This record gives sequence, C-alpha cells and structure tokens, in this order.
Amino acid sequence: MRRVVITGQGSINSIGASAAETWEAMREGRCGIGPLDLRDVERLSIQIGGQVRGYDPEAVFNRQQISLYDRFTQFTLLSAREAIAQSGLSFVGDLAARSGVVLGNSGGGMNTLDENYRSVYEEGKNRVHPFVVPKLMNNAAASHVSMEFNLKGPTFTVATACASSNHAMGLAFQFIRAGMAEAMITGGSESMLCFGGVKAWEGLRVMSKDACRPFSANRNGMVQGEGAAIFVFEEYEHARARGADIIAEVIGFAMTSDASDIVMPSKQGAARAIAEALKDAGLNPEEVGYINAHGTGTAANDKTECAAVADAFGHHADNLMISSTKSMHGHLIGGTGAVELLACTLALRQGVIAPTIGYEEPDPECALDVVPNVAREVRVEVVLSNAFAFGGLNAVLALRRV
Amino acid sequence: MTESVRDRVITIIAEQAVLEPGDVKMESTLEDLGIDSLGLVESIFAIEEAFDIQVPFNANEPENSEFDISSVAAIVDAVSSLVAEQTHS
Repeated sequence: MRRVVITGQGSINSIGASAAETWEAMREGRCGIGPLDLRDVERLSIQIGGQVRGYDPEAVFNRQQISLYDRFTQFTLLSAREAIAQSGLSFVGDLAARSGVVLGNSGGGMNTLDENYRSVYEEGKNRVHPFVVPKLMNNAAASHVSMEFNLKGPTFTVATACASSNHAMGLAFQFIRAGMAEAMITGGSESMLCFGGVKAWEGLRVMSKDACRPFSANRNGMVQGEGAAIFVFEEYEHARARGADIIAEVIGFAMTSDASDIVMPSKQGAARAIAEALKDAGLNPEEVGYINAHGTGTAANDKTECAAVADAFGHHADNLMISSTKSMHGHLIGGTGAVELLACTLALRQGVIAPTIGYEEPDPECALDVVPNVAREVRVEVVLSNAFAFGGLNAVLALRRV
Repeated sequence: MTESVRDRVITIIAEQAVLEPGDVKMESTLEDLGIDSLGLVESIFAIEEAFDIQVPFNANEPENSEFDISSVAAIVDAVSSLVAEQTHS
C-alpha cells in the first residue's frame, strides 16, 4: 500500500503566526485566549476568545485580493504559503494534475456575512459589494489555494462542524494512499470571531466566560478561537526520491457517526472511531503514546471522550498521555483539527508533548494523564488526533514518527 | 404578579415537555417531565424572551449556576426574583 507523509506545515492562530511559532507556544504552554476585540463586543455575554492579534491583512494582501479573501481565506493562504515553501514542491505538469486541496471549514466567510447583513439590515443599504458570494462561500479558501499554487487535482471543502479538518485530512490521506493523488494540500481554517459568530454560540450556553480548562473538574465550557493550519501530504516514495524532509507519517484514519443526538456526544461513537483508526493503521493499542484530545472544556465532551479512550484502550489508557491544546488556542471549530495536528507533529518530530493548560482540579470522570499545565519531553512513536463534532460525527487520525 | 409568573413559566415548561399545563406539578423535576439538556436551554431562552430578563445559566455547571433548576417551583422562584430585580433597577 502507498504510504503518506507530511512534508510541510504552516499556520496562523492566536498562539503563533507560523507553524514554528505555534510549536514554540505549545512547548511553553502559552495561552492565546484573551478579551475579544470586535465590533459590538459590549453586547456579547461571552467576551473572550483566541483571536489572531497583531495581524494586518493590508501588509500581506493587496486591495483587490482583500476584496475577494475573507479572513478565513487569508489565514488559509498564509498557512499554505508557509507549508508549501517548506515542502519545496512546485506544482507543474503531471504533479499539478495529480495534486489537489481538501480543506475543513465550518462557517465560511462569517465576517463577510456579518458585515453585509449589518449593512443591509441595520444600515438599510440596498446594495452590497459584487464579490460577497465568492468571498463568503466556504470553498473559497480551497479554490484560492488551488489557483495560487496551480493545483489541478481533487479540490473541495469538507464541512462537518468541529470534525471538518480531521475529515479533510483523512480524505487527503486516503486520496494519496489509494493512488488518486501524489500530493494534497490539506488542513483547515475558521474565522468566526465576529458579533454574529459569537452571539450564535452564546445561545447554546456552553461557553466559558473566563477560560478553557479541559479535563479540569472546574471547567465551565468552551472558548472560540480562529486561524488556520495547512499541511502538505505527499506520497512517501515521491518525497523520498526528491530528498524531502519528512515531518511525520500519516498511517490511519477512521470516521464514524453516532446516529443519536445533534449535540450530545456518544462514548460508543467516539470509541468506535478510535478503534477503527487503530485498525486502519494496523496498530496495537499499546503502540499509541499520545492522543491529541478533542477536549473542548465542556462538561459533556471531556468526560465522554475520557470514557471512550478508556473503552478503546483498556488498561493502556492509563499509560498514554492525552492533552487538549484548545486550552491555549481555543476551539477553531472547522479549523481546529488542523491546528491540533501541529501538537501531533510536535510530539513525533521534537519529542515534546503539548500540555493541557489551565488545569486546576482533577476530575474523577477524566482520570487520564492529561499532561497538566507543563509540556513534557517524551519520545513517542505513534499518536492519534481526535475530533468529535456536533451532529455526532467523529474523525480520528493516526500518525507515526519517521 | 407571582401567580402570573408561575402560570407563564408552567406554560413554557409544559410546551417544552409536550404536556398540558395541568400536568406540570410544582414539585416536578425537569427530568420527571422528560426535558433534556437541549430542552432546558430552549426553555430558558423562552423564559428570557417572555419576561425580558437575562437568566444566568451555564449548561456545563447547572448545579453551580445562580439559577436553580432543581424543580418547577425552584424555577418559578428564580424567575420571580429576576423579574423583581429588573423592576427595581
């Protein structure tokens, strides 16, 4: 079977303006969550988030580009430029035809929607900018990546809420493994930190007003984040033949549906996805050293996820490490699995396990080694990344050290 | 005043539970009435809209919320005091 490796990674999010900066922040356990800076914030009851700060779009894109690129597309392009530059690939001829883009995203151009609804509903204008539709459509980011880098193979966007990026990366992996593509640009992005985007989440009453503290007994909800992470997935022999620097190998993927509730997670659905990912990768549970948790910091997710891990791993659940980096960068919704895959490459490539920060009190319902507050230096061979979405959609990736 | 708060809260809860208002007892818990966590969040939204109040409630820590949801009577009391606070401010 064809093998799939990662040869480039890029990111921008609240804890780093590049993949290297994000690795550094994860190693240091730095928190990117703070007071939101957005219009009408005083009308929100939730006023914190993992916002990308110190970012000036006009410094990197021209006016014409900005009229077409929503913030989620901008984040995607910046991350893709970094990842593709690191990979050293240039897409011409046959390679261009056999390479594509699969990205995860949930909300599309939420800032574009927010601004334009405001202008027609609140300000009573009867005219909007001609590019509102191509700017807000949630395949815009994937299409702009394909245009900027001449990627002419399978290109589309997956929208499965909080599992979007894991589903996207899993499909990219399968395309290469199955021989449908040589290289895939994959990952995801989200930019939902605008008045309407935060207001909608407030309604569910699952958001924290102070911090994201996954697995901690005093956790009180999730915190939204924004940003993107993009990876270059490449067929192993192709990467080896050109002497590429291989960051990690993607070895397995599984997806399941709970078929039970639109918001409440299911232990069985999550455990099945984990077990199937192990099977797809040909792994024994004992080989897994670290799991990047979905770990949203809600009461429901964290205890269900820990129970699912205990189910899928049996006694080995007590020997592995599991952490949630959402405590640092917040929940990037459709982009979250992509930024979290950086914690997996950090573990495999640098032997550093990113911590769950903000951890204050043990919870007997989350009695696993959650790597509290401080990163740990441990060499691990195999890691998993969990994503469990609203709608009961689960997606788990398995990666190995190269 | 309290009477009408009680009746209106019961009407909201009954609608959520798909019951006749007469079948909603003051001592009933939401669980007794078959209202799950989503139903609870919807009921609180309906209460906020009906009384034009802000209900302090976080689904992650229902037991720590200032808003007592342990029974229909507790909810009626909590709504009554929020309505009173609002009238005074």
